[in-house]
Amino acid sequence: MGQNISRRDFSKLLFTGAAGSALGVGAFSRRAGAANSRRVVVVGGGFGGASAAKYLKKLDPSLSVTLIEPKAVFYTCPFSNWVLGGLKTMQEIAQNYAVLKNRYKVVVLADTVVSVDGLKSTVKLKSGKVVGYDRLIVSPGIDFDFEAIEGYSKKVAESKMPHAYEAGPQTVLLQKQLHGMKDGGKVIICPPSNPFRCPPGPYERASLIANYLKEKKPKSKILILDAKEKFSKQGLFTKGWERLYPGMIEWRSASTGGRVLSVDSSAMSVITEFGPEKGDVINVIPPQRAGKIAFEAGLVDSSGWCPVNPISFESLIHPGIHVIGDACMAGAMPKSGFAASSQGKVTAAAIVRLFHGDVPVAPSLVNTCYSLIGPGYGVSVAGVYKLTTDGIVSIKGAGGLTPMDADDDQLSEEATFARGWYNNIAQDIWG
Amino acid sequence: MGEKMKLLLAAVMVFAASVHGGSELMADETAAVNPRGQILAFSCASCHGTDGKSVSIIPSFYGKSPEYLEMALKDFKSGKRYSTVMMRHAKGYTDEEIRLIAEYYGTVWQNNN
Ligand SMILES: Cc1cc2nc3c(=O)[nH]c(=O)nc-3n(C[C@H](O)[C@H](O)[C@H](O)COP(=O)(O)OP(=O)(O)OC[C@H]3O[C@@H](n4cnc5c(N)ncnc54)[C@H](O)[C@@H]3O)c2cc1C
Repeated sequence: MGQNISRRDFSKLLFTGAAGSALGVGAFSRRAGAANSRRVVVVGGGFGGASAAKYLKKLDPSLSVTLIEPKAVFYTCPFSNWVLGGLKTMQEIAQNYAVLKNRYKVVVLADTVVSVDGLKSTVKLKSGKVVGYDRLIVSPGIDFDFEAIEGYSKKVAESKMPHAYEAGPQTVLLQKQLHGMKDGGKVIICPPSNPFRCPPGPYERASLIANYLKEKKPKSKILILDAKEKFSKQGLFTKGWERLYPGMIEWRSASTGGRVLSVDSSAMSVITEFGPEKGDVINVIPPQRAGKIAFEAGLVDSSGWCPVNPISFESLIHPGIHVIGDACMAGAMPKSGFAASSQGKVTAAAIVRLFHGDVPVAPSLVNTCYSLIGPGYGVSVAGVYKLTTDGIVSIKGAGGLTPMDADDDQLSEEATFARGWYNNIAQDIWG
Repeated sequence: MGEKMKLLLAAVMVFAASVHGGSELMADETAAVNPRGQILAFSCASCHGTDGKSVSIIPSFYGKSPEYLEMALKDFKSGKRYSTVMMRHAKGYTDEEIRLIAEYYGTVWQNNN
């Protein structure tokens, strides 16, 4: 159909009804006469939000950009598994906002957004402060559905069974438990069903915990009780486990006893459909949904995630508010830090064009997720995405996995590039 | 996805194809920046650093010529040049898109100076 749409039809569409507001042009023209310095407020200084803030200022230094993030130090989830494996320190995965503030002149407020008033175009902060915006970008990451697993709660996560799916104190707790475990102990990892943040994350974690155990506690075992029937990069992980950690890691699919019904934190056990499993260290990764503020702001649909227009990541529910990163539904893109950052840049460019009275250009989005299986053994999955009339789809023939028959040189090169990737993306976002 | 949305997406894609460099000025960019090239190029920075300035073992683009970058990307795309991951990425771009990316990184350092 519309591939042959004429320029006239395009303009008509753009400036009428739903089409206009879906593109945000409606909101733009309402404010076309406003003061020169347009205000963008960004909620969350993680992979999506910090990227958007930096690229907004890079594209148009005259914008007033305010980033609201409660954490002074942001520990990245990427490479937090490397910390568990003894290959990185917490210090090495710590990022901060000094460069965004000093070099890019982003106003960084150490605060939390508690509510959004879409009609008045303001956000209210925990401190009581109210901040106005012309465009709002929301990148709050995920929230956990603690109720989904009986016996599990935020309190249990913070004391006995960490999820470690937000880096920081949770990572430190899980690491402490691993260090305290006896040789011959059992580590249980319980990954959630799809969709969730970082699909290969739990399996990279199993690999790098195995790396630590192999060195320090070689009689120990890892049991993965999965809510799914298959998982990301499964062939590559399984092969890597057989080569590096033979007999150490056991994976059970949902239908073969992997589905977790409840946990008993005092007995340190996990109850599956096939009965209880006792563990010395238990890592429960609960099901997820968009970050809390996305619910508060009414940006979420019945799926628990935020529907957005894939051109500018503007909410399909509230014009003028863009949702990026894990919280949004971005078609074929996975919930990764790389994807969140890619979306942050596309959104920044779209907003700048809207402010200038131009239509956003069609987005180009990318993802690469490296997973480390051992210190010199890396694998990756890549994707290049484009916009079609069906939304964001992966470009056929591009992207894909490290080949199953990759030789040791390639695996070791990928491990090296994984390290390089971390340094460069951290610099591209916070540096 | 609703029909209205589909139509809108189609419209934006057609429009995007007709956006030419030079017609849209960004505050800190010179007239030479093609917005389509820029959006394509932003993706690369996640591995190769902002403006293609790498701080790691991953190669920098900064200061390289558009011709060199275009050739390298095309060689990755055709498989003539080996790499772990670039072969998978380069296949996602048309020759015209590769030219735009190469032009962006081949000139960004001149614009910055
Ligand atoms: C173990 C693990 C390993 C991973 N490895 C990789 C990897 O190798 N590569 C990769 O690409 N991705 C990886 N990821 C995924 C990546 O961490 C996420 O996809 C990414 O962080 C998503 O970015 P975001 O901006 O949506 O959310 P986040 O990066 O989580 O940022 C959200 C921020 O918003 C703030 N916030 C929330 N609510 C509010 C509010 N109301 N007011 C103000 N601020 C608020 C939070 O404090 C937080 O700092 C990994 C994840 C895990 C768990």
